[in-house]
Amino acid sequence: MLDILAMPFMLRAFAGGIIIAFLGSFFGSFVVQRKMSFLGSGLAHSAFGGIALGLLLGIEPIYVAFPFTLAVALIINYLSKNTRISADTGIGVVFSFAFALGTIFIALKDNYSVDAFSYLFGSIITTNYSDLIFGIVVLAISAIASFKHWNNWAYATFDKDLATADGINTDRDDYILTLLIALTVVVSVKIVGIVLVTAFLVLPPAAAKLISDSFYCLTIRAVIIGIISVVLGLFTSVMTDLPSGAVIIIIQTLVFFLFFVINKATKKS
Amino acid sequence: MDIAIKIDSLTIDYSGKTAVDNLTVSFEKDKFIAIVGPNGSGKSSLLKAITGLIKCSAGSIIVDGISNGKDRSNIIGYVPQIKTLDRNFPAKALELVASGYKKNWPGRLSNSLKSIAHEALEIIGAGNLAEKQLSEMSGGELQKIYLARALVKKPKILLLDEPATGIDMVCERSLNHTIEEYKAENSATVIMVTHDWSSAYYHANNVLLLNKKKVYYGAAKEAFDNANLQLAFSHPGHKHNVEFGLRENA
Repeated sequence: MLDILAMPFMLRAFAGGIIIAFLGSFFGSFVVQRKMSFLGSGLAHSAFGGIALGLLLGIEPIYVAFPFTLAVALIINYLSKNTRISADTGIGVVFSFAFALGTIFIALKDNYSVDAFSYLFGSIITTNYSDLIFGIVVLAISAIASFKHWNNWAYATFDKDLATADGINTDRDDYILTLLIALTVVVSVKIVGIVLVTAFLVLPPAAAKLISDSFYCLTIRAVIIGIISVVLGLFTSVMTDLPSGAVIIIIQTLVFFLFFVINKATKKS
Repeated sequence: MDIAIKIDSLTIDYSGKTAVDNLTVSFEKDKFIAIVGPNGSGKSSLLKAITGLIKCSAGSIIVDGISNGKDRSNIIGYVPQIKTLDRNFPAKALELVASGYKKNWPGRLSNSLKSIAHEALEIIGAGNLAEKQLSEMSGGELQKIYLARALVKKPKILLLDEPATGIDMVCERSLNHTIEEYKAENSATVIMVTHDWSSAYYHANNVLLLNKKKVYYGAAKEAFDNANLQLAFSHPGHKHNVEFGLRENA
């Protein structure tokens, strides 16, 4: 089974998968705890607008998707802070518009179907060196920002008023967190696809939450679950010849239900 | 008399409405002050403006010499209403108390931070709750933990927003006793928003009756007379009965 690691494209797939599992699970802990699961889905669908624009203009789609998704993330954050509409409604408004734009851009381009389809469902096996470099850069930026801001993000996740009363600039910190989540989504879209990105943000933290008694443990366990799911999923996918993204997500879902049963059994005993 | 908080011509507009209208009042140091008024009278908004959570639309608040817009978190301990708490957040009491000391959320608790948090919990008689999950606590237990969190850094000024909401009379008495003890030992100023007239009457030195504007500020024993209450609470033509709102065993 380990023979597959001798193949460079599989090594790239493992490396890419582990990077996005780490990023997705880490930031997903905030997404799940802040009840913003819709954000991942919204940003991924918004990224489609940027990808489509890139395809139309003949530019590497990720390079266009990156600023496009960041802009959408900022607009969502601005709407939820400065209007009476809730965060999920703001996400719904902006991502519908971005996705509609993407559909129009794709329609304007000849021979669009294959390229667009590959971004909708992704392909971890086709991870290339530029995807890996982009992922490592995002990982490095995230690590630096998290080292400085994790405690503040966690505090505001628990209670934004308390964090603000304790002198933390929660609005600025929220913008930084949203931008990093947007970066994570853009990196993940190429590898796992628009449709499956949400699973990487939601399933590992949701599973970890069932067996964690602190937010710190939740975050660590979510990252471990995310990485193990990717490794197991890739091996299973190669052995069964099934689509890797889907297999990874099925494993993440099985882990969630396993921990759900453990959680129920522990509470009963 | 030394002044802990000086509020001058304060107006707070909040979500398009005026929550506090042209309020001028000074809270003295080392006093227990109760803020009383009907729902929507601006009590919680005033407390939030003192912490810096809400910006003043006009006027100024000077807290122990620190003016609007500057960080006051080192001198203020704030106990919010527990109804805003996210009970699904995975955390133990120790972590919540430690967050008050660190002024951010702790990752892994160091031994020194644990002992500081333990000490704060022991002071309020809640040492047994240290390892308990917030999701498993009663309202009274949560109020104690929030109070320990506010007291852990020994603030000069303690702000409490309806601390007795949802807790039984025994818990409320114990909470009031702890607050008075802390005030006496640390020469602290305590400002408490409450709907409980009895608590204000029997525990506070001074009472601010608020209905967007200042109705009365002064000694607690004189605050609850019919004329003041009529102005603060009643609809026109409706007479308020002081005895109805006061109980002797607060």
